[in-house]
Amino acid sequence: MSDVADRVKKIVIEHLGVDEEKVVESANFIEDLGADSLDTVELVMAFEEEFGCEIPDDAAENISTIKNAIDFIETQQG
Amino acid sequence: MPDAAALMLGKRGLIMGVANDRSIAWGIAKAVHDHGGQLAFTYQGNALKKRVVPLAESVGSDLVLPCDVTDPISMDNVFAEIGKHWGKLDFLVHAIAYSDKEELKGEYIDTSQENFTQTMNISCFSFTALCQRARKLMSEGGSLITLTYFGAERVMPHYNVMGVAKAALETSVRYLAEDLGKENIRVNALSAGPMKTLAASGIGDFRYILKWNEYNSPLRRNVNMSDIGGAGLYLLSSLSSGVTGETHHVDCGYNIVGMKAVDAPDISVV
Repeated sequence: MSDVADRVKKIVIEHLGVDEEKVVESANFIEDLGADSLDTVELVMAFEEEFGCEIPDDAAENISTIKNAIDFIETQQG
Repeated sequence: MPDAAALMLGKRGLIMGVANDRSIAWGIAKAVHDHGGQLAFTYQGNALKKRVVPLAESVGSDLVLPCDVTDPISMDNVFAEIGKHWGKLDFLVHAIAYSDKEELKGEYIDTSQENFTQTMNISCFSFTALCQRARKLMSEGGSLITLTYFGAERVMPHYNVMGVAKAALETSVRYLAEDLGKENIRVNALSAGPMKTLAASGIGDFRYILKWNEYNSPLRRNVNMSDIGGAGLYLLSSLSSGVTGETHHVDCGYNIVGMKAVDAPDISVV
């Protein structure tokens, strides 16, 4: 598992207060992890802060799973 | 100057519009709490409730009430509860605004009547409606503040109908200051520079606005929670006892600037 994946999962676990086992790459923030629409905005802000990157609104709209977030951040860093 | 630790001792106030720990209202709430003030909070809807309750607990507040500012009865209930618990109110922070996100991008000219009316009602009239109720609990005087933004005074990209509502809000602050001044109740607006809050996430190209302010404000940085907290504390405490009807800019000086700073990087790097 990549460093980015670890850090993304850590943020999600802390922010949503969910069990580590549930935070798998296919997990959807809203459907699987009980996030509400404000959580998804807050998560994007937390990712930006952690990785020092900018996630534009149109990209943020497409980040609905752990994998989406990891893929976007890895593309930015690559 | 009053003793800093005791500045807000014995003062009780209502904080309306905290969404999370990045909220401007939260920065003010914390500063007031650190100086001895006692706080109550309101939230709108369950999504915000679950965020506000733990924050309120962290500053020793157990008075956390639902409030929908579009509903007069909901507002009445809040002040009835405050009256029941405290019997009086010393200060109030209004940090409430709303507009359809779809109209906080593109051009102002495309604003719909429905969103114009709703934006004005929630972002502007609600402050007047709350002042009407708060004054009844402020028999010993008080201080009320609302949050505004420079987009009320100058055109800002995408701020659109919210700029119009904030202009009306700033004007209502002046009229409210006159009406309530006779009762030693002060009314001021705090015009904060852009901050990365949940509310700001609804404004198009917000990152660009942040960068622009950082490069072009006289202090060459953006405002932070401590800047906002200090200014809020000043406006809510006796430190500002001779100040009312004011729009107080806490924006690292951006509002005095007339042109891009010579040392600011070119637009394309943003």
